[in-house]
Amino acid sequence: MADPISQFQLKPLVSFGRIGGTELVFTNASLFMVVAVLGITALMVLPTQGRALVPGRLQSLVEMSYEFIAGTLRSSTGEDGMRFMPLVFSLFMYILVLNLIGMIPMGFTVTSHIIVTFALAAIVILTVIIYGIAKHGMHFFGLFVPSGVPKWLLPLLIAIEVISFVSRPISLSVRLFANMLAGHIALKIFAGFVVALLTGGVWAILAPLPLFLTIALTALEVLVAVLQAYVFATLTSIYLNDALHPGH
Amino acid sequence: MNGDNAGKERGTGPGAPDDLSARLERLDKQLSGRGLPPKASGGSDRASTSPSALGRAFRLSTEFVAGVIAGGLLGWLFDRMLGTSPWGMIVFLMLGFGAGIFNVMRASGFMDPPSGSKPRDS
Repeated sequence: MADPISQFQLKPLVSFGRIGGTELVFTNASLFMVVAVLGITALMVLPTQGRALVPGRLQSLVEMSYEFIAGTLRSSTGEDGMRFMPLVFSLFMYILVLNLIGMIPMGFTVTSHIIVTFALAAIVILTVIIYGIAKHGMHFFGLFVPSGVPKWLLPLLIAIEVISFVSRPISLSVRLFANMLAGHIALKIFAGFVVALLTGGVWAILAPLPLFLTIALTALEVLVAVLQAYVFATLTSIYLNDALHPGH
Repeated sequence: MNGDNAGKERGTGPGAPDDLSARLERLDKQLSGRGLPPKASGGSDRASTSPSALGRAFRLSTEFVAGVIAGGLLGWLFDRMLGTSPWGMIVFLMLGFGAGIFNVMRASGFMDPPSGSKPRDS
């Protein structure tokens, strides 16, 4: 029986030689990322070519996802946050499509690798820091100074606020990665139970139980895949709000 | 299923232009009656219903752990650079514990967000 971890293994497909001591390899993860980007581009560009006043199914799907993210971003950052719409919408679609591709049997879940999710979170946090400092200068660090606390508590609270800020990219990346990893491992283990019971003689009677559980878990995983993309986009817009409107 | 789709798409066909324009007109009237851009209100409405609640539940699951990890990481770096092992780790882990609790309280709405990060239009 296949072990539940082997589905996350990176397999080199094409090698591009070496740079320094590191080998440049096009892996199955890179393949799925390319597929996701091409898929998103096709989904976004092709149905909107017609620009129908009354959208067809695909065009309305595109418009609904755009409106959904635009509404989320607008409600947490206000109207001037809309300049970050390309970033937030790309992140949302990228994570959503990668998560959903991972749900296809034999697919590879790129978002179950923490280095990928951490890179995405780092993009968000670096955007917040760079834009915040460029726009507000030293004012941006007012974010770390809570208002309305006694003077003697300030050093402690500033330290906690700084750590809280550092924890943002960690929580952003760990949440997505852990949910994807745990979900796929659970699916694989329960699916493995079905095989183990079927080959176990009399125990084959019990085999449908884990099968039903696997089906239920698959539905749950699809929900988690969509929800995690949504949570990532929501938190991105909440953090971007800090860059746009830091404390006084 | 088929009948359903046919019913939905009748509005787009050339068969029912009156119906469509009448509906568009009525929608226009309703929107202008409200006196505010339709998208902004629709967005915040949607954000405060079920997907957001479930999303917040997922958020809480890692906020606390992330605070402790961040504290430990900062403490480790602090010790490495200044050679104060193990005091930096001890102090920063405890601060990280506090930051984790801050994160959870903030995410669950028990505490106000830091001064700047309040949503603008709520």
